[in-house]
Amino acid sequence: MQNYLELSNVGIEFKTNNVPFKALDQVNLKVSKGEYISLIGHSGCGKSTILNIVAGLYQATEGGVILEGRQVDSPSPDRAVVFQNHALLPWLTVYDNVALAVKQVFKGKKSRAEMHDWITHNLELVHMTDARDKRPHEISGGMKQRVGIARGLAMEPKVLLMDEPFGALDALTRAHLQEEVMRIHATLNNTVIMITHDVDEAVLLSDKIVMMTVGPSATIGEVLHVELPRPRDRLALAKDADYNNYRQAVLRFLYDGHQATH
Amino acid sequence: MLDSNKQTGFTAMATRLNKLRSAMPVSLNIDLAPGSKLATLMRAWLLSLVGLIVFALLWQGAANNIDTSLGKFPGPQEVLEQSKNLYSEYQRDQQNERDFFARQEARNADRLASDPDADVSIRPYTGRPTFVDQIGTSLLTVAFGFVIAMIVAIPLGIFCGLSQAVYSAINPIVQIFKPVSPLAWLPLVTMVVSALYVTESTLFSKSFITSGVTVALCCLWPTVINTTVGVAGVDKDLINVSRVIRLPPLQHVKKIVLPSAIPMIFTGMRLSLATGWMVLIAAEMLAQSPGLGKFIWDEFQNGSSDSMGRIMVAVLVIGILGFILDKLMLMVQRYVSWDKTNTLR
Repeated sequence: MQNYLELSNVGIEFKTNNVPFKALDQVNLKVSKGEYISLIGHSGCGKSTILNIVAGLYQATEGGVILEGRQVDSPSPDRAVVFQNHALLPWLTVYDNVALAVKQVFKGKKSRAEMHDWITHNLELVHMTDARDKRPHEISGGMKQRVGIARGLAMEPKVLLMDEPFGALDALTRAHLQEEVMRIHATLNNTVIMITHDVDEAVLLSDKIVMMTVGPSATIGEVLHVELPRPRDRLALAKDADYNNYRQAVLRFLYDGHQATH
Repeated sequence: MLDSNKQTGFTAMATRLNKLRSAMPVSLNIDLAPGSKLATLMRAWLLSLVGLIVFALLWQGAANNIDTSLGKFPGPQEVLEQSKNLYSEYQRDQQNERDFFARQEARNADRLASDPDADVSIRPYTGRPTFVDQIGTSLLTVAFGFVIAMIVAIPLGIFCGLSQAVYSAINPIVQIFKPVSPLAWLPLVTMVVSALYVTESTLFSKSFITSGVTVALCCLWPTVINTTVGVAGVDKDLINVSRVIRLPPLQHVKKIVLPSAIPMIFTGMRLSLATGWMVLIAAEMLAQSPGLGKFIWDEFQNGSSDSMGRIMVAVLVIGILGFILDKLMLMVQRYVSWDKTNTLR
């Protein structure tokens, strides 16, 4: 089970107007199966770049990513992505958005009826069955993000990658969706890597918080193991000493010495 | 003051009116309050009407002051008269055609009656094409050229939008040929069509093909350019979704690219159709191929006192048909577009 997903010496260099820019350098990370990982750091530190490399959307220029003993070199439904701005196809209904992914991923593996059941099951998981025939512009931001998560889960990924999934939502909706994600994670025990800006969110959801230094040549500064018992309850935790220690540790990292230089 | 009798009469009428109103279907509930949909629509209609009337008056005024060797410049009155004339000419021609076929049939029947083995022939009617026929030919030609252009332009635009390499290869060609006037193409197209289009079939005349191809060459470009821009502008996140679920290229185009690019493609197609319509008239004038352009040229050469009026009728018809063609494209776009809430103009 150890080292389900491994990033070893990952580095990436972008060329803008022929000027090389090293965004990431020497990123090493080991993730076990079923772990919930949060990536936290200042804007522009390369969190999304790491996620995109794991997704296969970017190619690392140094080092590499290994998932279940195989090197990652291209995008695949193995590593489903939940995008910050939901990225639903506006011309498809909620159901069809999930169906597009399911039909592509399980082509030849599931029958039509099985696919239908699987789509419905995933919509149920995020409580979106009632809105299945609505188009994205007819539902709220939180609902769109739920559908995005349902689409990601429906690919039955080995790792679910979430790029600031709750970043564009209001506080209440965000809290609500965090609960849902915790519930789903408890049920499916899937491996998740999530990018976040929100310290509370990171501590509440994660098993490990990966804290990034400020770029250029950003890398992992510290990894914090959050050993709070699950299920976690945000109200009870608010007064919990351990919880607050974890929070302070993350905050200290972000505000001491690793502040953006601008 | 109303006396009681009158008042009861009044109330009775009001009740009856109310009953009538409640019996009416809801859709007839006409709301004329300012700002309501109908009021805005009526206002718009009224303003267009005012605009048209003012234009007609100015036109009449100007026309009265322009003297040419063919008489006064035609005003609205004259144009109306000539359009009536053109229509009755068309009706007369229709009658002639019917008479011709009736005569022919009778003659043939006669010959067959006297000799059952007689070799009867059926000859086509060979009247001069009327104004209405010319309109039909023009519309058919522009449709032909437009369809050819779209068959080439849309796939080409999709390739250019998908691949930077293809775009870089094709862009200079597009930029060079885009500003070329149809009249420059026409002689070349005429020569090529005469050389290559050798067939016994009378389905399409040579002049039809020539004008059609000239139209196609000129209305290709707006669609190529707009499709390219539309396809290249597909949301990066949606492309990433497609990559993550590994959509094969054809599916990627069908499910992600085309729906995204539809509005831009249609903008291009509408520009193309408008260009094609303009090009067609010029091509017909120069190539002497049947159609509205030839009608205008013939009237100009004819130089009778009615000619200018008749040309003016053609000018207006060209404008109105161009407008209708654009509206038709808009209707197709509404039908094809996934975003029904989007206001299209």
